Amino acid sequence: MAQKVLDALKANHASAIELTESLFGDEIAWVKRDSLVAVATWLRDEPTMQFDSPVFVTVIDRLDWHPTGVPLSAHWSDESGKPRFEVCYQLRSSTHRYRIRLKVAVPEQDARCASLAGIWSAFDWQEREAFDMYGITFDGHPDMRRIYMYDEFVGYPLRKDYPKEKRQPLVRRDDLPINPIKAPGAPHGDR
Amino acid sequence: MGVELTTTRLEDAAKWAKQSLVERASNWGRKFSLFSYPFVTACCGMEFMSVAGPKYDLARFGAEFPRFSPRQSDLLMVVGTVTEKQGPALKRVFEQMAEPKWVIAFGVCASTGGFYQNYSTMPGADQVIPVDVYIPGCPPRPEQVLDAMIMLMDRIQQGRGHSQLRTKREELIAAAAANDE
Repeated sequence: MAQKVLDALKANHASAIELTESLFGDEIAWVKRDSLVAVATWLRDEPTMQFDSPVFVTVIDRLDWHPTGVPLSAHWSDESGKPRFEVCYQLRSSTHRYRIRLKVAVPEQDARCASLAGIWSAFDWQEREAFDMYGITFDGHPDMRRIYMYDEFVGYPLRKDYPKEKRQPLVRRDDLPINPIKAPGAPHGDR
Repeated sequence: MGVELTTTRLEDAAKWAKQSLVERASNWGRKFSLFSYPFVTACCGMEFMSVAGPKYDLARFGAEFPRFSPRQSDLLMVVGTVTEKQGPALKRVFEQMAEPKWVIAFGVCASTGGFYQNYSTMPGADQVIPVDVYIPGCPPRPEQVLDAMIMLMDRIQQGRGHSQLRTKREELIAAAAANDE
């Protein structure tokens, strides 16, 4: 069904679309980072598209990506050019009943992406969540700061190289003797 | 002055907890008029409502009304998962309560963090505040909560709550210092 959308995207934005995939009934368009806002605006405003429903935005961390594990396009088959993050926008058109997923490849060294919060305001908090958990900065976002974790938190907890039980306590008890078994200088808490 | 003040072992606590008649009477009063402050953060709150409701009826034990101001309560019930972000709020609520005060960790998350072994969840409310009674269960049955309440009442009567022992210890320290002078 949404193959029509992919065809229209390729016809109208040939230079912006890196490649398209159809996986498990979902149509995916890989969009170049610089063209994301233009493509998204077109998808919203074009009468034959009318994508009016932003479903979600999330990020996939491909740190431990395995070539046979995930269907990946031939485009990034060489290991060196493979980007670490995929920013993933799911859109829906309630008029035409289309679904489309826009993906943007984001390298680790330059973890930035264009914000779509100006086009669909529902992406505002979702992009903040993606920033909070994965550290992708969304350029053009009106209020780019953490949404779940506290400001003192260092790092991005859902990145796959964040130790999963590494806590960063804000406060601990001060009425207990320090456990002498623990090494001096050991992190506060978990006595 | 021969009072050992550096240890918190239970037998010493029992020694300190020798009570005068007045203390025994006031503790008897305290244990039958617990005012709880439910610090409800998660799904265990449903079970807390069930305990507080008419069927299991926490009010039978004198813990009649949940008080929604920490200043008017003397029993803090930490009900549900405590995140690291909530830690300062929990500590502040505890500090606002008037002495003597007691804490129940309601459910496995408040006791140990439960199955949330991750970056955001505090491994038990006792990382931040002293807890008197832990209730396991996910969520605990109301009978377990009533059992814990009776345990806590016994402990209050014996003067062995955390805040009671601390007060007693501070009194002994003050008395020892006065004796030394």
